[in-house]
Amino acid sequence: MTTETHSTTEHGMSNAGYVRIAAILAAITALEVSTYYIDLGALFLPSLLIMMAVKFVIVVSYFMHLKYDNKLFSWVFYAGLILALIVYGIFLATFHFFS
Amino acid sequence: MTSDSHADGGAHSSTGLSNNKLGMWLFLGSECLLFGGLISTYMLYRGRVGAGPRPSQVFDIPFTSVSSFVLLMSSLTMVLAVSAAHKGDDRNTYLWITVTALLGATFVGGQVYEFTAFYNEGMGFTTSLFSSSFFVLTGFHGVHVTVGIIMLMSIVGIMKRSKVPGSKAETVEMIGLYWHFVDIIWIIIFTLIYLIPA
Repeated sequence: MTTETHSTTEHGMSNAGYVRIAAILAAITALEVSTYYIDLGALFLPSLLIMMAVKFVIVVSYFMHLKYDNKLFSWVFYAGLILALIVYGIFLATFHFFS
Repeated sequence: MTSDSHADGGAHSSTGLSNNKLGMWLFLGSECLLFGGLISTYMLYRGRVGAGPRPSQVFDIPFTSVSSFVLLMSSLTMVLAVSAAHKGDDRNTYLWITVTALLGATFVGGQVYEFTAFYNEGMGFTTSLFSSSFFVLTGFHGVHVTVGIIMLMSIVGIMKRSKVPGSKAETVEMIGLYWHFVDIIWIIIFTLIYLIPA
């Protein structure tokens, strides 16, 4: 990575950009809370899980700068996350959580 | 990585990346396993209420929604602190770090209030498997937020005495990474524990 690209991409967002991201996160949170009061039927669980995942990725990518940082950091973090998902997915399946 | 970053940052590995940053990401990756275990245990036991109250009987969604919003906004103020630190703007760095700590303290205060309310409604730590797993999970998260507040206030004090070893900006960024991690864990807890009924 060159000096120029490093300085412009590692912390590439302006403060206004961070405020916009926070506004998006707040809007998604409001939508999440609304699902508690509005009956979405079969869409309830998938919509909540998708909104949770979107918020997670936005914070990690923009606030934690993984989108702009070296890919090794992404590998290190997502390896831990995926390992946790696999280990505890198996753990819950063993106890018949999904059945 | 640049010569710039080498000059103002801490020790760098043969990859050219900051050892501190790599260490922090490794730590956060390992924390996924800790919270994964706690969340899974809660999911498994959330229906085991025994004679105690059910989650839907004690959870106060409007109150927890406001707490979640406060923690989410603390992530914004934290990223503004990191941005100011990278610009060498000490005044705004102190300001945003202090605001972040105050928002974090508000969240922890809300959690203490919530725990007290649950206890008064008959949901103690040993009332049921649900209550035990709930208090352990949210309690661990609360402890993480509290540790984050202590780190934030400590770094303000250390920076004001100009005793930060290595790069100020990198130190603030490391604490920022920890703080955002605490926020993303709450994003998961809020959805899986509070919004999805047992």
